[in-house]
Amino acid sequence: MYTQGLNSTDAAGPANADDPARLARFQGKVEAEDKIEPNDWMPEAYRRTLMRQISQHAHSEVIGMQPEGNWLTRAPSLRRKAGLLAKVQDEAGHGLYLYAAAETLGISREEMVEQLLAGKAKYSSIFNYPTLSWADIGAIGWLVDGAAIMNQIPLCRCSFGPYARAMIRICKEESFHQRQGYEIMLTLCNGTVAQKQMAQDALNRFWWPVLMMFGPSDRESLHSADTMKWKIKRFSNDDLRQKFIDATVPQGHYLGLTFPDPELAFDAASGHWHTGEIDWSEFKRVLAGDGPCNRQRMHTRQAAHADGAWVREAALAYAAKRAKRANALPQAAE
Amino acid sequence: MSEPLMPLWEVFIRNRSGMPHKHCGSVHAADATMALQAARDVYTRRGESVSIWVTPSSAITASDPDDKDHLFEPTASKPYRHPTFYTVPDEVGHM
Amino acid sequence: MSMGSAHLSTSADSSASLGPAPHAPAAAVFGYLLSLGDDALVLGHRLSEWSGRGPTLEEDIALSNLALDLIGQARLCYAYAGEVEGEGRDEDALAYLRDEHAYRNLLLLEQPNGDFAMTMARHLLYAAFLDPYFKALAASADPRLAEIGAKAAKEMAYHLRHAAEWVIRLGDGTEESRTRTAAALDELWMYTGEMFEMDASETLLAAQGIAVDRGSLRPVWEATLARVLAEATLARPADRWMQCGGRAGRHSEHLGRLLAEMQVLHRAHPGASW
Repeated sequence: MYTQGLNSTDAAGPANADDPARLARFQGKVEAEDKIEPNDWMPEAYRRTLMRQISQHAHSEVIGMQPEGNWLTRAPSLRRKAGLLAKVQDEAGHGLYLYAAAETLGISREEMVEQLLAGKAKYSSIFNYPTLSWADIGAIGWLVDGAAIMNQIPLCRCSFGPYARAMIRICKEESFHQRQGYEIMLTLCNGTVAQKQMAQDALNRFWWPVLMMFGPSDRESLHSADTMKWKIKRFSNDDLRQKFIDATVPQGHYLGLTFPDPELAFDAASGHWHTGEIDWSEFKRVLAGDGPCNRQRMHTRQAAHADGAWVREAALAYAAKRAKRANALPQAAE
Repeated sequence: MSEPLMPLWEVFIRNRSGMPHKHCGSVHAADATMALQAARDVYTRRGESVSIWVTPSSAITASDPDDKDHLFEPTASKPYRHPTFYTVPDEVGHM
Repeated sequence: MSMGSAHLSTSADSSASLGPAPHAPAAAVFGYLLSLGDDALVLGHRLSEWSGRGPTLEEDIALSNLALDLIGQARLCYAYAGEVEGEGRDEDALAYLRDEHAYRNLLLLEQPNGDFAMTMARHLLYAAFLDPYFKALAASADPRLAEIGAKAAKEMAYHLRHAAEWVIRLGDGTEESRTRTAAALDELWMYTGEMFEMDASETLLAAQGIAVDRGSLRPVWEATLARVLAEATLARPADRWMQCGGRAGRHSEHLGRLLAEMQVLHRAHPGASW
């Protein structure tokens, strides 16, 4: 999910000089739903695409800790406090699993982090929006995690073994996130007038950015054909987005909320909910760095990383000292 | 790259008594003690373990994949191509 | 009068459903539970502030685990406290609707996180006390407290190990990490005395085998610190005047700000459910 629509602006690489026989064997494995493992031969473009997609997915999880973490210290009940802390912790864990999966392709976590902090890597656009009320926490769980799940389940069957296995682990943990978010919305909508307004306001602000998370139509993406052929991507952006809309609109109506879309209407013939036009200029703008929170998210991450440098250095220094002492012992005994 | 690389450790977990340890992922840590704690914190949050093993990824020797063709030197010795497996002479600088 | 001695009161036969041991005044048990709960909540809250800011992803996750343990302990203590008080106050009423002068936590725990050395030093100083404390509480004459103690003891053993390993690495790491850690210990030392103090009410409970005699834990605390600091190549700070007042609701300037943030949303919607 957090990778939808992030590849569309990359230029195509040089024509592949891969051995056609190897390529055919590789493609055969993929067609047969065999897993490709790190030590298997793979086309360079496959490796590069996965490195980029998995690392951007990881970055999204880590950056995603910020908007939700924003309400940790103000969580309005102890149960919500513990629940939100566990959820944000899960996100850190998901980032970690994904960095680990990407590392099997030959890049270190340090290098991926450096790319993120230097502004060279992308992460999901949705996390560049602010969380302005407690209801936003509910909205993020319900909508953002809901959208993520749409993409994550097919990724569990991705052709690359480490990524698929990381996604299976993530999906198992994700199941409580969306439920938790929806339960927060339900409690608010069944609560005071002020709480219900809070919930409606959150939906009003998050609905369109969430729809944008799925990325522009695949007609505009240069890489969709490849990622589909390599069974990294299984469904088109538009298909996933429509699936999400169809599942979510009834959930919103159940809460007694309205969607900020005057054109939203159920089309009985197709069985789908029809929405108005998405403002793709906003999506491009936010991806390019002009969203409400882009700079803040980066600065926070950069500061955390910089603040921790002396700690990481100390840990490595201690390990080196200890190793030296351990090596010195046999000589001392002589 | 300005930051020194933190060693990578593979994590194996035994979920229930009687079962073998199963590979579940990796963690970064400076030494074995902290790797074990990290593994416990990261991979057993939902009460999933009775025993944890950690080993430096560089200590693992892997067999050849089924497909014997390689574009570069055989990777048969390492489970995957993580940067810390390959020592680069200092004169070459950061890579 | 430590919990390990032959101070088994006759109330050891009480079943859990009868609440505190018969000889203990409810007010004393209530106040005691609040101090345990407030300690856990305030420190848990402080640790939750590290979310997204840890020196590594692994440590971010570890710190959240510590925080979750503590918030869980707080919830158990507050739930029981509310029952003992018998006025219908639940865990949230106790956590969100008491002002700072009604909070009974130790001053040590409300101090700002500072840098990672400060946070780990604070955690070492506190976990080195709480680990033996909860082990002793597991033998409480009050079955509910014994249950809380037993569960928390398992958690605190890990807290102590985690904090100790970090203090060792930071003390014996680089010059910078040693300087920061030594400074942190020096800064926090004046708050350690309060851990061993008991007011008249808690002293009564300890005499009845319900609470733990805090002073009796000093030798094991000193021994733990001596071992860890030696391995960390750090010196034990010199003895000095100890700050106190937390148990009586006289806090540092930090608690007011902490509670203002923690309670603001809950208080803005009186009576609402979340």
